[in-house]
Amino acid sequence: MTEIINVFAGIFIAIGALLSLVTALGILRLPDVYTRNHAASKGSTLGVMSVLLGAFLYFYTLDGDYNSRLILAIVFIFITSPVAGHLISRAAYNTGIPMWEKSVLDELKDKEKHEKDGLKREKQ
Amino acid sequence: MKKNDVILQTVTNVVVFMIFLFSLQVFFSGHYHPGGGFIGGLMTSGAIVLLLLAYDIKTVSKIIPIDYKLLIGIGLFFAVATGAGSLLFNVPFLTHAFSHFDLPILGETSLHTAVLFDTGVYLVVIGVTMTIIQTIGEGE
Repeated sequence: MTEIINVFAGIFIAIGALLSLVTALGILRLPDVYTRNHAASKGSTLGVMSVLLGAFLYFYTLDGDYNSRLILAIVFIFITSPVAGHLISRAAYNTGIPMWEKSVLDELKDKEKHEKDGLKREKQ
Repeated sequence: MKKNDVILQTVTNVVVFMIFLFSLQVFFSGHYHPGGGFIGGLMTSGAIVLLLLAYDIKTVSKIIPIDYKLLIGIGLFFAVATGAGSLLFNVPFLTHAFSHFDLPILGETSLHTAVLFDTGVYLVVIGVTMTIIQTIGEGE
């Protein structure tokens, strides 16, 4: 039983490291800030969570140490990291960082027009 | 354009309590594990700084109506009083003592006067950090 969980811990840590590597490659290779942010906020979140889960399982089987801080860290990263990505992307958009030149759709561009339409509808 | 911070504010409402509880855990485990008053105080003020980022300074002072300069004074009083308290028992300044107590809910616990000193450190760290940040934040 212990050996099986140890193997699982190793697999989790390897998957996490692999996902972090993929994240780094994505940040290097993708063309603009939004796609890079997409890679960074998703890949590294799952990568770090896998590594933490692997570490938790390892120490749990090693000496029965139920380390609740690791569970808390997993939950915390799962909550906060996508929000950080969202805020960075929004800050980039609001300061006018251009999208990749081959992107086809920017639905936020006429956001002000939408807001005016909404105001009109509320008045009616 | 009206600023829409609903994602940041909702997440802050959840995460602030997690940071605060973790800082308390770090503070109380300082005697036997890594942690203590300094890092606990820094994390608590980190939680308040997160509130300051998500809401404005007036809202936060309404949520937590504490004068942080007063907190520095209370913390220093805790530290000095713990040190001076040992003089009452005819031992040198800052001599600490501990004993085992049978508390109603927690059961057998060892209570140490160093925790009171650490409470002083905790309060001073919160007070100093928040005073610095609020002063810089309010300055034009």
